[in-house]
Amino acid sequence: MIDESKKSTSNNDENIAMSDEQQTIQNITDQEYKYGFTTEIEMEEFPLGLNENIVRMISAKKNEPEFMTEWRLRAYRHWLKQTEPKWPKLDYPEVNFDDLYYYAAPKNENAPKSLDEVDPELLATFDKLGVPLEERELLAGVAVDAIIDSVSVATTFKDKLNELGIIFCPMSEAIQDHPDLVKKYLGTVVPYTDNFYATLNSAVFSDGSFVYIPPGVRCPMELSSYFRINAAKTGQFERTLIIADKGSYVSYLEGCTAPMRDENQLHAAIVELIALEDAEIKYSTVQNWYAGNKEGVGGIFNFVTKRGLCSGNNSKISWTQVETGSAITWKYPSCILKGDNSVGEFYSVALTNNYQQADTGTKMIHQGKNTRSLIISKGISAGKSNNAYRGLVKVNSKAENARNYSQCDSLLIGDQCGAHTYPYLEIENPTAQVEHEATTSKVSEDQIFYLNQRGISTEDAVGMIVSGYAREVFQQLPMEFAVEAQALMAVSLEGSVG
Amino acid sequence: MLSIKNLQVSVEEKPILKGLNLEVKPGEIHAIMGPNGSGKSTLAHVLSGREGYSVDSGSAHYKGLDLLDMAPEIRAREGMFLAFQYPIEIPGVNNTSFLKKALNEIRKHRGEEELDAIDFLGLIKQQMKLVEMKADLLKRPVNQGFSGGEKKRNEILQMAVLNPTLAILDETDSGLDIDALRIVAGGVNKLRSADNAFVVITHYQRLLDYIVPDFVHVLSDGQIIKSGTKELALELEERGYDWLIEKAESQV
Repeated sequence: MIDESKKSTSNNDENIAMSDEQQTIQNITDQEYKYGFTTEIEMEEFPLGLNENIVRMISAKKNEPEFMTEWRLRAYRHWLKQTEPKWPKLDYPEVNFDDLYYYAAPKNENAPKSLDEVDPELLATFDKLGVPLEERELLAGVAVDAIIDSVSVATTFKDKLNELGIIFCPMSEAIQDHPDLVKKYLGTVVPYTDNFYATLNSAVFSDGSFVYIPPGVRCPMELSSYFRINAAKTGQFERTLIIADKGSYVSYLEGCTAPMRDENQLHAAIVELIALEDAEIKYSTVQNWYAGNKEGVGGIFNFVTKRGLCSGNNSKISWTQVETGSAITWKYPSCILKGDNSVGEFYSVALTNNYQQADTGTKMIHQGKNTRSLIISKGISAGKSNNAYRGLVKVNSKAENARNYSQCDSLLIGDQCGAHTYPYLEIENPTAQVEHEATTSKVSEDQIFYLNQRGISTEDAVGMIVSGYAREVFQQLPMEFAVEAQALMAVSLEGSVG
Repeated sequence: MLSIKNLQVSVEEKPILKGLNLEVKPGEIHAIMGPNGSGKSTLAHVLSGREGYSVDSGSAHYKGLDLLDMAPEIRAREGMFLAFQYPIEIPGVNNTSFLKKALNEIRKHRGEEELDAIDFLGLIKQQMKLVEMKADLLKRPVNQGFSGGEKKRNEILQMAVLNPTLAILDETDSGLDIDALRIVAGGVNKLRSADNAFVVITHYQRLLDYIVPDFVHVLSDGQIIKSGTKELALELEERGYDWLIEKAESQV
């Protein structure tokens, strides 16, 4: 049975008198992006554009073994045969892939051995971003891998994690130091033939994070990577691979920011997660790439492929994302539930304002018996933005007793934005139980007035209403990031209501 | 404290209040009664700053301030409180944190220090006894899943915590059973002082058995057609509104 249903709602259809709210809403868009600074660091860039030579140069720069170079070249050759997908509900000018730099790195020939060797300017940048790079931050329980443009600049607490046998390092280092693990797992969840952007990433990725949790180990701290695009006209292609071996657990968080620039910047990342038997991976994202200005100029094009494989029985992968940035967001963090009794979860808040566009959702592929998946998606649209949820629930013929529950809510602020829901169901096993619920609501004038009447300003009122709406998802985030995410939402909405 | 002079208000070109006058002094309780559609709720909304009403003429001053010129949140911070006829649900927003935010906005406005979570919890627990509210309602989202009576009690709890100078109760008695009515009224009576004032809007006399007003006004077709003391309410209970309305019309 294949059921493909589409539901589209646009706020324009509704005849609700709300002139004053509109006004308010129009005023909220004025907030400046506070991460919009650039850092003056000497950069090393490869020539513009992409060809086999550039791919070889990247691989050589990283001193990669032969198998990686060959893999990249296969990906590149495959990419040449592909075209950009046009099915998302996104409208953007064509990306000129020949007018991009595919490698940019802070100039420092030798990788830093300790924080003392890291460029102080760079450290100041991360300081501004609030990334805890210092060891003293151990107390905060967060280990950070910070990636600026294409290169990982520092990974904290490596020693501490080493004692437990946990590997947390830049991908480039993992390729050098743990080639067997990389060879065994890289590309097994997202093959280089997967899709246009994933294929491009496979050819040119320059760094990213690598995590391996040995059997039975519960990672004692949140692992975190911080991505920052700094150089102009630079594509960022990071690649993250996380392997949780049997009976292990890890919680991982990524954060992203970029400077304000007038031209669009491309970000095409891949994240692969692999959970073996009885293992659990929790992956949280707070994405705040520069979204462009309020006229829709500039901003990051965010085309990301994230996928987790529950390969072992009783394994679990949980994605939580708070997406507030980027001019364009195209991402579907997914779970392949291969092991019996495995569990996939997707919690998402996607907020779009001004001219932002998001087409995001998930895929839950049920292959094993008694597999369960949960989808909680909360879209928030303000300004003239468009926000689409696109999700697939697929139950294979051998997946006995699979269960899915999906809830996709849309919240509209103002009457010039759009919310769209595209749920796809492919059910090949009659024992499957699949539930889908969808709602569309507005921040109502009644709610704003009620809070106003208690002394709360309209801007704060909208912030509270939106945070309340997204609470189910925020609850999934590690505590300190939940607070940060709520603050981020309030900032992203400023100017959308007055 | 509140001085309304010849207030004329319309909604979408339709006149609702047609020259309303009212003086409220500190320590007083005024009841405003009247048949459906007489403009009672419009008065409450206009005074609290709800959008969608156009003030065509007249004035309303509160503590000497031009009330009609102030944003609704400023009115609230200046000590004006509206107990809603239909309290609004705010999904996912915790009742306690909402109320803490509201109180601290008001305190900030007055130049007072904000209360931290511990002091606030102390205050709210004390005030909850006034309305005999169950503690778990504090942990729930604002008004979500509350019964009609619980919503009204929550309004009175908010009033007790925010401690307004002027409180307007818009049909707080509607939909309440007699026990809930007694609790809500008891809360109001305990908050009553020489420094604050209440405007109680109601359709029925029974609330006034529990909240005894100093003045009773009858609103009909956008005007106060009769003012009196609490005996007037009893007379209305017995005779209805028609005789008053007829009398007012014959005078025109």
